[in-house]
Amino acid sequence: MSDIVSSAAPPLPNATEKLRFYGMWLVAALVLALLPKVFGSGTALTTFSLVGISIIFSLSYNILLGQTGLLSFGHAVYYGLGGFLVIHAINIIGGNKLPIPLPVVPLIGGLAGLFFAVLLGWVSTQRSGTAFAMISLGVAELIASSALILRTFFGGEAGVSANRTKLFRIFGWSFGPQIQIYYLVAAWTLIAVIAMYALTRTPLGRMCNAVRDNPERVQFVGYNPHVVRYLAFCFSGFFAGIAGALAAINFEIANSAYLGAAQSGTVLYATYIGGIGFFIGPIVGAIFVTLLSLGLSDLTQVWQLYFGLIFIAVVLFAPGGITGLLMMHRPLLKAGTLMKVVPSYLVALVPTVAVVAGLVLAVETIVHYTVNPGDDPHITAFGIGFDAASPLVWATSAILLCGGYLIARKTWAWVAQAWNEAAGIAREKGVAP
Amino acid sequence: MSAAIELRGIKKNFGDIAILRDIHMSIAQGERHALIGPNGAGKSTTFNMISGYMAPTSGEVLLRGEVISGLPPYQINRRGLSRSFQVTNVFANMSVWENLRCAVLWSTGQRYAFWKNIDKLPQVRERTAQILADIHLTARRDVPAGLLTYAEQRALEIGITVAGGADVILLDEPTAGMSHAETERAVALIRRLTEGRTLLIVEHDMSVVFGLADRISVLVYGQIIASGTPEEIRGNPKVKEAYLGEEAA
Repeated sequence: MSDIVSSAAPPLPNATEKLRFYGMWLVAALVLALLPKVFGSGTALTTFSLVGISIIFSLSYNILLGQTGLLSFGHAVYYGLGGFLVIHAINIIGGNKLPIPLPVVPLIGGLAGLFFAVLLGWVSTQRSGTAFAMISLGVAELIASSALILRTFFGGEAGVSANRTKLFRIFGWSFGPQIQIYYLVAAWTLIAVIAMYALTRTPLGRMCNAVRDNPERVQFVGYNPHVVRYLAFCFSGFFAGIAGALAAINFEIANSAYLGAAQSGTVLYATYIGGIGFFIGPIVGAIFVTLLSLGLSDLTQVWQLYFGLIFIAVVLFAPGGITGLLMMHRPLLKAGTLMKVVPSYLVALVPTVAVVAGLVLAVETIVHYTVNPGDDPHITAFGIGFDAASPLVWATSAILLCGGYLIARKTWAWVAQAWNEAAGIAREKGVAP
Repeated sequence: MSAAIELRGIKKNFGDIAILRDIHMSIAQGERHALIGPNGAGKSTTFNMISGYMAPTSGEVLLRGEVISGLPPYQINRRGLSRSFQVTNVFANMSVWENLRCAVLWSTGQRYAFWKNIDKLPQVRERTAQILADIHLTARRDVPAGLLTYAEQRALEIGITVAGGADVILLDEPTAGMSHAETERAVALIRRLTEGRTLLIVEHDMSVVFGLADRISVLVYGQIIASGTPEEIRGNPKVKEAYLGEEAA
């Protein structure tokens, strides 16, 4: 190797770093394998399966949004078509007794997603920005509405169902019990995550980032940004198809909801909340949003409203998402100044929680009077019962909201001050830009 | 031997307004050619015509005897013509290293490869490292391009332009907004990096122009009014009146 490379190029990972890198994946595989030993209940296994599916779907979405800078409002099209194709495939395979086992069936969903992305992507990826977003929305509406019209393929309102246990068996696995489905999803999640991570480390993956940052300049280093966007779109469709296939296998049904705007919105939501600037962002987002949607829907009737509020809060205050927030602290951790900000966080937490509590109280009371005004005003939200008709509750809500806000503002100023101090030291030590 | 770049009767209208009116220009291979002229004369538009950023209303651009006008910019770039921008135009969220590496990829034949590990391409690594060292940004290798100082961004801009190994280089005001010392460094850098290549440069700083260029063309109001060696241009009364006179006054 020449001198110039050794002096100017970033060092290649040494043996320890390589070991740590591969060790990380190995640990991930072990965690996935052992998770059912710790949380073995049927509910837990279903939850894990949904999380895995959501991780693949969100990461596939981030190939577009985070990596290539393409905001899609119709990513569920490729998820849903993957799901439908797989249900039909299972029925055909089962009906004809073809020697194809269930574990390879998600690949059919992936290929379906890829096929439709190849077909529909060329036009929409001509432009990025608003034009791409609008075309993706149009295509999504088109496909979603055809799902209700083309009954033979999409099964109308009811959807199409299949029996996953009727397939050619390997190792005697019937894939009837949820534990077997969990392992199927876990294995595919690991494969898909590794594949999508590897994609970011290829010439195409790097050029996706370049297209995101500056499509104009890309043209002047020899690349056609349209082709880069198109290829990213195809990969994204492929992995979305795998996610849709796993969802269809998990539920043994595919219906029009798979393709709909709500599904497209959910993946955007999960990806963004997790953080689009980091590879693991969508993984964090998928876990957070799946657990939250399952948990929150038990606690309150208007859980979607809280989803919306959280999304607005993230867009306004933490555009880097959860991962962005955590990563902000890395330089502080390296500089050893993390403890300078933690006390201010703890202090700020008290009035902030008060504001949130006041808000929840107000929301639930308003919901009672607008949605179910005739019902008993003694309502329960987040496991706490209160009387929505009591002026005392209204006053508490108002005091928590206003008083909490006034105090919170002061404590947040303190957080900012502590932050600047800690970050300043980190900068001096040369561990922060 | 055909000229590196030849412009034949280039006209460009924006609506009813003619920006370029019948430009004829020929730049020999290996020549350092400066394009000067007052603001709004059409210098950047001429660059846009040559690099494929815009198509001319009429006329032809030839690169080594082949017509390139009408081709998209990436095709022109692949034929060995690279340009920089007057306003810094880099990949702001990516590190200096990644910026240069992206500029190297196509010329090393990687195309849209999604089956190769970017860190295991020795040729890409070596050329990127070479350019990084050439533009003296080794110490800033891992800094996002958007956080560089202005002069560093201009150096990176030049680095990206030459990284692909194009043998025809177009630089649009590479020293604009730089201090005297920075300008001197930038000129030395340009001289070194364009060694043996054809250079077309737009520049306002006359010391840079007369120090660097083998030949100069003067563009005024969408037309080339004079073309020649620095001495010829300096002695040309039409140029003095139209352009240099202003500077002297």
